[in-house]
Amino acid sequence: MIRIKCPYCGERDHSEFTYGGDASIKYPSLDASVSEWTKAIFFRENIRGIQKETWHHTNGCRLWLEVERSTITHEIKSVKACHPQIDKITKNKS
Amino acid sequence: MTRFNAWNVFKNGFTGQKNWDRQWRDPEPKKEYDIIIVGGGLHGLATAYYLAKNHNKKNIAVLEKGWIGGGNAGRNTTIVRSNYMMPGNHEFYEHSLKLWENLSHDLNYNVMFSQRAHVSLFHSPSARDGAARRYNIMRLHGTDGELWDLDTLKNNIPHLNYNNARFPILGAAVQKRAGNARHDSTVWGFARAADSLGVDILQNCEVTGVKRSQNNIESIETSRGTMKAKKVGFAVAGHTSLLWQMAGLGNLPIESHKLQAFVTESIKPLLDQVVVYGVGGAHFYISQSDKGSMVFGGDLDWYKSYAQRGNLPMVQDSAEAAMAIMPCLGRIRLLRHWAGVMDMSMDGSFFICKTPLSNLYLNAGWNYGGFKASPASGWYFADLIANEQPHKNVQNHNLERFEKGINIDERGAGPDPKLHG
Repeated sequence: MIRIKCPYCGERDHSEFTYGGDASIKYPSLDASVSEWTKAIFFRENIRGIQKETWHHTNGCRLWLEVERSTITHEIKSVKACHPQIDKITKNKS
Repeated sequence: MTRFNAWNVFKNGFTGQKNWDRQWRDPEPKKEYDIIIVGGGLHGLATAYYLAKNHNKKNIAVLEKGWIGGGNAGRNTTIVRSNYMMPGNHEFYEHSLKLWENLSHDLNYNVMFSQRAHVSLFHSPSARDGAARRYNIMRLHGTDGELWDLDTLKNNIPHLNYNNARFPILGAAVQKRAGNARHDSTVWGFARAADSLGVDILQNCEVTGVKRSQNNIESIETSRGTMKAKKVGFAVAGHTSLLWQMAGLGNLPIESHKLQAFVTESIKPLLDQVVVYGVGGAHFYISQSDKGSMVFGGDLDWYKSYAQRGNLPMVQDSAEAAMAIMPCLGRIRLLRHWAGVMDMSMDGSFFICKTPLSNLYLNAGWNYGGFKASPASGWYFADLIANEQPHKNVQNHNLERFEKGINIDERGAGPDPKLHG
């Protein structure tokens, strides 16, 4: 079992989460060429080592997280929320 | 190489079985080959075999970083079937099944191909309609397929859970010519047959670098020295991206995921068929090996990984699925489980194609389906390398199909590799 430290819920089993995919993809502008969009949507670096990826805490806070994880050992280096201003939003509410 | 036949078995019986030749040679690498295939798995060896046999090519090497049969050839659930629907796929897999039907004779090696029927259960009227559509399309293209109603299914497989299943079984879509084969025999058989046609099989020979000019590959650097090659084929399921990047070619429409399989202790004959839980949907497949073990598998581990070991949530899911359709397995003990790293492609279909480099050819992206595909994969890949243009059955299995919008998406799951189970 991989244990993911969700910044809001604490350390949880990865079976609570849904794996999203590569978090390093940068989508081109809407008027970019078909070839650029094809590269962004279909082509992957497929890193063997530490990669940035997204996980959705489906059975928890339901936030999308950006995780740095080794695809060889499954060791997790860092976890943070995908939304850059999520801290502000949650603070304002409380 | 000594041929396997009744006379040789009889003769060697009198000489203590000491006079059999090696199954394949252990040659020293040459400095230069006409064709180098990287990857000594089922696909690479089948390619080398058909290059030598169908196209009369000489001076071929197959590079394997470990030993023959130590990669995904030894990490699968050995199912062979051709119940595919998309143009290109059904011709390809049907051709593969036809090759399987004669493979033992062709290779002079018993691959223990057993056409015991592949039975996909359905659990709702809409799933039945979906199965009817898929199997009718197969029949229109000359592949066998039939629908079994509940009574027929009960007569053939009496011990599924017909009483209180969470998803009641309504019937099954069946391909009778499908079944399974022995994975080790297949890879050994291809290695032995390729070797007997002069192919050099180089084990413990890991590719460490690819030396290229602007438009082609000049040589391959390996742990056993540098080799020049006129043509190079990549057939390294699971690690294709790494090799592709070694050749300086950037990204591929592939992610590496791991898929687990499970084997139980041996029991008396229980299951005569390959049984699948749901057609192309919820995934669980089970059969009984000739040794009596129940062999089964489920979904991917759902996250990208190069680790050849599985994770526990999927063990639990697969065990639950086993209990859901065959509650009689409740007390059986699991002996082993393992994971294989596979190329999951962006539309769930494979690649047998040319590449941006003039003398490099790609065979990759086998998803869940590499074992059954291996004879046809070798057949068409050899054809591509020899004739330098793809056969019409694999003409769209290339890297350009995504940009053209002609994805071959059998499940309609979209560009998310983990969903193409």
